[in-house]
Amino acid sequence: MNKIFEKGGKLYWLHSTVDAFETFLHVPGTVTRKGSHVRDAIDLKRLLILVVIAAAPAALFGMWNVGYQHGLAVGDLRLNILGNWWYGFLRVLPLFLVSYIVGLGIEFASCQIRGEEVSEGYLVSGFFIPLIVPVDIPLWMLALAVAFAVLIGKEVFGGTGMNIINPAILARAFLFFSYPNYMSGSSCWIHVKPGEQLVDGFTGATPLALDGASAQYGTGFWDLFIGTVPGSVGETSVIAILLGAALLLWTGIASWKIMLSGVLGVLFVGGLGDLAGISTIPCYMQLLYGGFAFGIVFMATDPVTSAQTEAGKWIYGFLIGALCVLVRLFNPGYAEGMMLAILFGNIMAPLIDHCVISAHLSRKAKKLKTA
Amino acid sequence: MSQNFVLKKGLNIPIAGEAVPRVSKTIAPGIVAVQPTVFKGFLPRLLVGEGDPVLCGSPVLADKKNPDILLTAPVSGTVKAIVRGEKRKLLAILIEADGQRQGVDFGSKNVSALDAAQVRQALLESGLWPFLIQRPYGIIADPGLTPRDIFVSSFSTAPLAPDTAFCFGGEMPYIQTGIDALAKLTSGQVHVGLDGNASASPFAALRGCELHSFRGKHPAGNVGVQISHIAPIAKEDTVWTISPIGLAAIGKLFATGRLELRRKVAVTGPMAIEPCYVEALPGTPADAFSPFYGNTPAAGLRVVSGDPLSGRSVGTDGYLGFFDNQITLLKEGTEQELLGWINPIRAHQFSADRSYFSWLMPKKKYAMDTNLHGGARAFLMNDGYYARVLPMDIYPVYLAKACLAGEIDKMEKFGIYEVLPEDLATCEFVDPSKNDIQAMIEQGIDLMLKEMA
Repeated sequence: MNKIFEKGGKLYWLHSTVDAFETFLHVPGTVTRKGSHVRDAIDLKRLLILVVIAAAPAALFGMWNVGYQHGLAVGDLRLNILGNWWYGFLRVLPLFLVSYIVGLGIEFASCQIRGEEVSEGYLVSGFFIPLIVPVDIPLWMLALAVAFAVLIGKEVFGGTGMNIINPAILARAFLFFSYPNYMSGSSCWIHVKPGEQLVDGFTGATPLALDGASAQYGTGFWDLFIGTVPGSVGETSVIAILLGAALLLWTGIASWKIMLSGVLGVLFVGGLGDLAGISTIPCYMQLLYGGFAFGIVFMATDPVTSAQTEAGKWIYGFLIGALCVLVRLFNPGYAEGMMLAILFGNIMAPLIDHCVISAHLSRKAKKLKTA
Repeated sequence: MSQNFVLKKGLNIPIAGEAVPRVSKTIAPGIVAVQPTVFKGFLPRLLVGEGDPVLCGSPVLADKKNPDILLTAPVSGTVKAIVRGEKRKLLAILIEADGQRQGVDFGSKNVSALDAAQVRQALLESGLWPFLIQRPYGIIADPGLTPRDIFVSSFSTAPLAPDTAFCFGGEMPYIQTGIDALAKLTSGQVHVGLDGNASASPFAALRGCELHSFRGKHPAGNVGVQISHIAPIAKEDTVWTISPIGLAAIGKLFATGRLELRRKVAVTGPMAIEPCYVEALPGTPADAFSPFYGNTPAAGLRVVSGDPLSGRSVGTDGYLGFFDNQITLLKEGTEQELLGWINPIRAHQFSADRSYFSWLMPKKKYAMDTNLHGGARAFLMNDGYYARVLPMDIYPVYLAKACLAGEIDKMEKFGIYEVLPEDLATCEFVDPSKNDIQAMIEQGIDLMLKEMA
């Protein structure tokens, strides 16, 4: 690194930024000082970029779906796959730009203030945020939400690794509670230009909110599994999300325990709903609806905000799955419960870990006494 | 009651440069150092001055807190220099060897006829006492205490560790004498951990102790890990540990009446030319090993006394440690690697993480260097990411964080009494956040020692 960026140099205020770009290009030539003289080749950059790669299929599909849903809405299906994708790409790209520029800007500044290297955490959060908001969200709202999530959700706690709530889910929650008209209902999920003629019987409602009404799109098992339904940008396609899940599970970055217990939680409460006759859909369909798949694969498994202990992960995942369906079944005000379920799960995670560890330690103490 | 333990967690680190079982030479150095800094908690008081003649076994330093604990000269000769560092901290006593190997005669003794006090006395006066390490905390054993048990790990699973059978196969009578002597010092048992990975261990024939076999990856050979499986250390417990090197030296003391610290030392590592064994004394200068690193400039070379995970970096002007029978020669990894972290294959680097492909080539050895391979970050991965390489009933991240926070209660709860930094070395190795976990544990132990004092 050039001397002017070092401490005491004229451009020291840019130190963290320059360092971030430099280490992005090169693995730095830093050597070990204490302890283990040799180290594993793994670093957080690689782990976190893998999460982004895992979410890429969902993002690519989401872009295509934005174009496809627009076509359905205006009754014009002349665009081919690429055409639809390009249409959606142009709509979604600004969301990514705003997310990264605002988020990374704050991150770089905070790291400089703390005198630390820039952490890679926001690479992932910044990629997720555009995928969990409606495509037509005004950009200034998104910017505000990102700023809130990064500052209040992360930096005040000390940056990446110290946060209690997943910043991406916090950004969405901020939008949801501040601007509910833009985040729910039937007008935000499908991109429609002003003045465009809509088809007869058009509805912009998501499958979860349809409540038995018919729509211009299909709501069968395969429609939901493939994801040709309206929704937040990246969360509709279960199959694209499963591709990402496979990578995350293969590399072991995400916990299979959280994913599996989340699914079990959904089936359990959904099944009870079926038995009691409250639910209008079979319980396994709950897995395909709304943001559950995206949430349980990418959000709930965030290693910082999830439960840390192995036993805790089972409880944490189950809690999120169960709560998600509970909200869907009993709260007509919110059609989708996944965001709230993950928020709640994040907040409960330290308590779950506390209980698991306390139980473990007292078991161990007993064993020591009898030995 | 002997037990077989199979430890599933752990990590063997495939670093290149294993020593072939052959002794290439005996190093007879001109200068030998006595280093008080390698003994945790030892406060040195000088017993000699520059120019004083010493014999092999003559006391050189005593502990200020416990003057019975002595460090003695490993060779005969004259005190050449007393090396001090910052704030006049005593770093080393340099002894110019006369090559005569004249030793103090402590008198050969029949161990079975001795009582505990006589054994203790013999070990203290000869300078072998500091081989006994006390847990918790890893300090020199307190001669005033009777430990619950004494533990020996007969083998090491550390990367490139010396081979047990080759190093100690010929010294078993001495080691048996050492076991017999130590059995007098404890109210419990002497426990010996055998290598369950090897077909046969010479230690399996030992008598007068409890044998346990441990099979698994590193750190299964760490005595701390073995203690936690045989009989964990509770808050009020004190146990002692000793290495096979110490046992052999104790055996020789009683058999011959002489202090003999010479040992087989494995010279290992990717930078070692024809890695093999030499016979050397503790305190041998690192440059005596120069035939193994040739013309490599000192700036590009790291000389480690001990294994690559927990050894001390001593530099080419340093010395072999008192407890060590391994020298590791590593390349300083100061080179930048263009887009290294995103390269999907990166076949020349080892990683235990599934995002690389090292697991496809389990036989491959890697010429690892000292590069950190990333920037330091806060802990991000779950405790489980670290626990998979630690075969102990401990939450490693919680313990490390408790040490960082300096919370005594939490450290105690999370098991600070059971560990020494070396036990968490594999956790430090795999950490993608590049934390110095061993240093954190050390910091915690230092705080405990200060609070207990």
